[in-house]
Amino acid sequence: MKLQEYQSKQYFAKFGIPIPKGRVAVTAASAKQIAEELGGRVVIKSQVLVGGRGKAGGIRLAKSPKEAEDLATQILSMEIKGLPVRKVLVDEAANIETEIYLGITNDRAARKPVIIASAAGGVDIEEVARLTPEKIIRVHIDPLLGLRDYQARDLAAGIDLPRTHWRAFNQIAHGLWESYKASDATLAEINPLVITTDERLLALDGKMVLDDNALFRHPNLAEMRDRDVEADAETEARKYGLSYIQLDGDIGCMVNGAGLAMATMDIIKLFGGEPANFLDIGGGASAEKVAAALRIILKDPKVKVVLFNIFGGITRGDEVARGILTALEEVKVEIPMVTRLVGTNAEEGRQILADADMITADTLVSAAQKAVAAVEGGPA
Amino acid sequence: MSILVNKNTRLLVQGITGNEGLFHSKQMLDYGTNIVAGVTPGKGGEWVLDGKVPVFDSVRIAADARGANASVIFVPARFSPDAIFEAADAGIQLIVCITEGIPVQDMMRVRNYLDQKGVRLVGPNCPGLLTPGESKVGIIPGDIANAGNVGVVSRSGTLTYEVLYALKQVDIGVTTCVGIGGDPINGTNFIDVLGMFEADPYTEQIILIGEIGGTDEEKAAEFIASQMTKPVVSFIAGQTAPPGKRMGHAGAIVEGGEGLAADKINAMQRAGVRVAKHPEEIAELLK
Repeated sequence: MKLQEYQSKQYFAKFGIPIPKGRVAVTAASAKQIAEELGGRVVIKSQVLVGGRGKAGGIRLAKSPKEAEDLATQILSMEIKGLPVRKVLVDEAANIETEIYLGITNDRAARKPVIIASAAGGVDIEEVARLTPEKIIRVHIDPLLGLRDYQARDLAAGIDLPRTHWRAFNQIAHGLWESYKASDATLAEINPLVITTDERLLALDGKMVLDDNALFRHPNLAEMRDRDVEADAETEARKYGLSYIQLDGDIGCMVNGAGLAMATMDIIKLFGGEPANFLDIGGGASAEKVAAALRIILKDPKVKVVLFNIFGGITRGDEVARGILTALEEVKVEIPMVTRLVGTNAEEGRQILADADMITADTLVSAAQKAVAAVEGGPA
Repeated sequence: MSILVNKNTRLLVQGITGNEGLFHSKQMLDYGTNIVAGVTPGKGGEWVLDGKVPVFDSVRIAADARGANASVIFVPARFSPDAIFEAADAGIQLIVCITEGIPVQDMMRVRNYLDQKGVRLVGPNCPGLLTPGESKVGIIPGDIANAGNVGVVSRSGTLTYEVLYALKQVDIGVTTCVGIGGDPINGTNFIDVLGMFEADPYTEQIILIGEIGGTDEEKAAEFIASQMTKPVVSFIAGQTAPPGKRMGHAGAIVEGGEGLAADKINAMQRAGVRVAKHPEEIAELLK
């Protein structure tokens, strides 16, 4: 889950990281008022969870409160990469001398957090990594020891930061590490971290991505989830403990297990079809869960066929079949359904479903072929 | 013969009195796994499973009293890191964690601590281990595989069952099936298991089931090309997965251009691995 810039910066500030004076506005009038309080010269920044806000015209400098109001009016009516701008951050404008990058993320391969700094700040760090990898300094942090002072100094020296700023940089690096740790972040990033013309370090932009699995210990952060960035169906699925991702195809898939669900999407494509979704109903497959999953799949108007691919392991095939039958009493399905049930008690399961007007298949290959044929309206 | 678990495995179950723990302990016991103890803090002194398994308050007491040499964990995600630390500090050498949803920063601390102690963790977010006919540690259905000479290692659960089941239909048996789990940071990686299968005289060929996310499959491919003599067959799930989306498993995500199925398949093919186009093709590709 991603936090907005203003949320990230406010979080960083709690850990002693200096940020510009500023506040969030949802109307142009309040943007104007904030600009007046800040002395007139401000930056109006759209708060949407996409990259490239600046290029899209979503970040603008205003020289007066009146201009702040006009720009806020414009920006609040924008859509950036499909997302509506609902809030703007009005920040005091900084006089920038130098832009630096500083971020902490999980290095999956090293199984450790890594802190990354670069003298080339203010631009996309992945771009810098690709074009000029020598400009990026990485230091792994032992998760049991935390960030050490010498590591922060190594970073400062590595990016040729003038020594006069080392102490302030060290504090910011530690503040970022504490922010990352306290929030269970998978990314905590300041880009740019600037040196101002009056020789201060300031976090001009902030970005945080949080670990969904850790939100149980951060209820205040969990509430900040932005519903605009995911399809409604995905939000709905989460309520039922289902893992659902909407795709562009027309074959709806209901599968138990994430790996098998991916493999089912892949085999549909292999035989010329297009999956409409990824959906893992997890273990158990109770009637309630199956019904919720069916409703979510059928809400997508592109879906022309539903494919059930269920492996009965610990969950018996007959239990799953009963779950499907009960769900079908509740949810009317008027498009073809293809069912493949294998594993433990699969035969009993198939008998239970025999009267349910479903196309059945024994193998994954034939299930995929039958689903693809059913889309084309051909004989199954 | 087998790797990691066999008939000498003396298993302890952490979280044995919970719903999942109790259900799967019964399945394991019925399969023939030697469960010597259970642990649930606060329930020490009770007996479960028709009086067959004693419950203790801590792993140390249980391990000392009953001589356990492996532990399987069924406790909720928020308590799992502590359960792993407890098992490691009690001297258990093999820990299998089934639990899904452990925060990734917790897992980084766990993994770095266990590496220092030299303790092996399998999982988390995994189905566990099955050595057919000898021991089942975890939740893999026991009746879907027979003993044989194919080693199986996988990041997935039901997809693995699917493959085991298909092998059984054509009378191909398994030495050990190892589910390493679908999390981004786990205790045991592909190359750890490949090394064990290479060294196990009874394993003649290996099936590796990978998926999108991370670079574990690429590293496995390098290992296969440089260190292994036994043939490997593979399947990689997630070719149609959109980038930036987590496909059910916390670790199954293509990020920053890394973790693509196509890259993994290419790496495997360059290493001489035969890659199946779909799961049902795997059995055909075995020699």
